[in-house]
Amino acid sequence: MKKEEVPQDKSNLESAHFKELCYAVDEDGNYVTKNSTGWDPKTIALDNAIQEINDRVEASKQRVLNGESSPIEYYMELNKMDVPILSSYVEMWSWRVKRHFKPSVFNKLSDKILNKYAAIFEISIADLKQIKE
Amino acid sequence: MKIDFTHKQTAHCENGVVSNLMTYNGHPVSEPMVFGIGSGLLYCFIPVLKVNHAPAITYRVMPGQIFKKFAKRVGIKIKKEKFKNPKEAKARLDENLAKNNPVGLQVGVYNLTYFPDEYRFHFNAHNLVVYVKKENTYLISDPIMEEVTSLTEKELEKVRFAKGAFAPKGHIYYPIDFPEKLDLENAIKKGINHTCKDMLAPIPILGVRGIKYVANLIRKWPKKHGVKKANHYLGQIVRMQEEIGTGGGGFRYIFAAFLQESSKILNNDKLADLSKEMTEIGDLWRDFALNASRIYKNRKALQDSYESVAAQLAEISDREKVFFTKLKKAIK
Repeated sequence: MKKEEVPQDKSNLESAHFKELCYAVDEDGNYVTKNSTGWDPKTIALDNAIQEINDRVEASKQRVLNGESSPIEYYMELNKMDVPILSSYVEMWSWRVKRHFKPSVFNKLSDKILNKYAAIFEISIADLKQIKE
Repeated sequence: MKIDFTHKQTAHCENGVVSNLMTYNGHPVSEPMVFGIGSGLLYCFIPVLKVNHAPAITYRVMPGQIFKKFAKRVGIKIKKEKFKNPKEAKARLDENLAKNNPVGLQVGVYNLTYFPDEYRFHFNAHNLVVYVKKENTYLISDPIMEEVTSLTEKELEKVRFAKGAFAPKGHIYYPIDFPEKLDLENAIKKGINHTCKDMLAPIPILGVRGIKYVANLIRKWPKKHGVKKANHYLGQIVRMQEEIGTGGGGFRYIFAAFLQESSKILNNDKLADLSKEMTEIGDLWRDFALNASRIYKNRKALQDSYESVAAQLAEISDREKVFFTKLKKAIK
């Protein structure tokens, strides 16, 4: 990549006044570094990934509202987590976390367990029990 | 208390931390040098590890390996510690800062408040330098940021004790012992040799064989997984290849910069030529990313377009096979 080819596309980095460093060659063929504001192929991939996450959040929300899953799954998705990550945060086996996705199990959880989840998601127990429409 | 720490932005966090810490301790080393000597370049397809619900591909060695190998090869010693107890981790950090000793920390990205929201994923192998504590705030030199930044005690504890894969467990590290002069010549040769060995390894998911393996998978994805998932996987490949920190082209340009610098140190013209060749290969990686993005941008998937990006990737694999075979010979 030549120095003048370092892409300066619009990207989500802009909002954080953030530029990333790229390596490229100058007119004499020497390597130099140059900042880039973003590159479309990357931005599109990232936007798609974020869309994917939002879809997952929305789908889990619907499952909770339909009584098919507990709010723990919804908050897990909202925090961009998956079961292995969440289980390492709450320090429980993943099968146990998955079990807590069942509304019937979730409704009987003690405040101690609920508190563990609420603390990780940084919400109150009341919010954990009731997700907003 | 004033400390003479110079923050320099780099492409990749681990190289950057090493480079900045070495410079602070009176041994300036560039980012490409750290990357090359530490044998940072790699290609590995890891089907069992899922990142963001897609199979992972790494373009670099495991976190921590670059510094480890770099230190061994140039002859410096590093002190490394992990902690169970956040209080102990904080005490050790404060102790070092009180002695004016900037340290490297491994942290999770998700709670790094100064990162753009879109980049805050549960990724735990990020590195930064803490160089001063002012009351309850730590001044942070994060190599991928243009300027220095800061985190409160609470914020720093959170990122040092992030959970999940590669949990940092408060990991702290800093160089403690330096030779009079760094033995760069031998270190460069060892670094190059190791990278060639990795890239030419007779393991199907590693190095040039791994690249071809993934090329063949891409051909099968639309039929096997459907268009939506295939596009998601393809997008993930590009993200991992071009993610912040790679310097562009899946670290190929940084590696080319390393070869250019090495050719001067070793007085070896062959390395200068190979640097140019690596730049061309880096451009091929960029072309691949660009064409792949055309597929997932339109969300329409013709089997043909998958075939053509797969062919591109297979060509890269062939080029790199020739390249690393030549590179191995060039330093003999």
